[in-house]
Amino acid sequence: MKKMRFSIYRYNPETDAKPYMQDYEVEIGPKDIKLLDVLTKLKAMDDTLSFRRSCREGICGSDGMNINGKNGLACLTDVASLSEPVALRPLPGLPIVRDLIVDMTQFFKQYHSIKPYVVNNTPAPERERLQSPEDRKELDGLYECILCACCSTSCPSFWWNPDKFVGPAGLLAAYRFIADTRDEITSERLDNLEDPYRLFRCHTIMNCVDVCPKHLNPTRAIGKIKDLMVKRAV
Amino acid sequence: MVNRIVVGAHYGLRDWLVQRATAVIMLAYTLALVLFLLVMPSGFAGWKALFACSWVRLLTQVTLLALLLHAWVGVRDIWMDYVKPVGVRLVLHVLTILWLVSCFIYSVKVVWGL
Repeated sequence: MKKMRFSIYRYNPETDAKPYMQDYEVEIGPKDIKLLDVLTKLKAMDDTLSFRRSCREGICGSDGMNINGKNGLACLTDVASLSEPVALRPLPGLPIVRDLIVDMTQFFKQYHSIKPYVVNNTPAPERERLQSPEDRKELDGLYECILCACCSTSCPSFWWNPDKFVGPAGLLAAYRFIADTRDEITSERLDNLEDPYRLFRCHTIMNCVDVCPKHLNPTRAIGKIKDLMVKRAV
Repeated sequence: MVNRIVVGAHYGLRDWLVQRATAVIMLAYTLALVLFLLVMPSGFAGWKALFACSWVRLLTQVTLLALLLHAWVGVRDIWMDYVKPVGVRLVLHVLTILWLVSCFIYSVKVVWGL
């Protein structure tokens, strides 16, 4: 069996004065295909190691972390694709709770600020609010976001202004509801983002597109929001 | 005063558009200048003949104005990203405006030979 070296960020605020990197060596078996499989094995070896996980198939977005310098989901990352020693750190820019676990409060605060739900004050029809297939198609590439925070925490604009800049995940969600034909508050949504910080801190660096484990494109969605603002203004 | 995070200044789109429009003006001027440099006689005489035309001076002045507006949005973005205390940021904004306005006045003097 092949052995693999890992260097993992460790920090327990209750006992450690400052964070440190701890080295591990693990035997990789035939069933250890994804990084999460190896992390689970490591957890059995050292139960003080902490990380989040849930569905283990790229749907829940719990195990976002910085893998060899790039944000990604442990459950979707092939162990074979990683160069050694594999450096694992928490998502950058968010407060550390412990080891690889970050405090996502700020991230979700921004997500909630864009009202991530359809607002429609017209009395509901008897069955459901229908959309044409073309209108529904506009939501493809938007609704699939699992809020793992890989994109927002790789965005320098979000690092500098996490309290004011909505971030790529929030803006992708914002466009998802702006694009939804069943939503009735498009103008209010644009007003909410017409601000030098909330939307226009995006300088099209495109780190978000580079890291998204679901292969979504927040930069394109942000561009579409800007297009709509121009359309409204001129 | 309570310490609240406030956003909603409503000038995001305007500045974003200004930055893009001024970039287009600067690009067009640069391309035109390169073309002129290729065809005009080299040396002092060539430059003098080029800037004897009023419209060349006008285009130069407009481009310099575009450059200063572009720089204003860019430099202010840097202060907004990296300088957190509001008082310090305001001082830096004012100093940037003073510097850019001074540059503009000096550019008028240079371009029009006043």
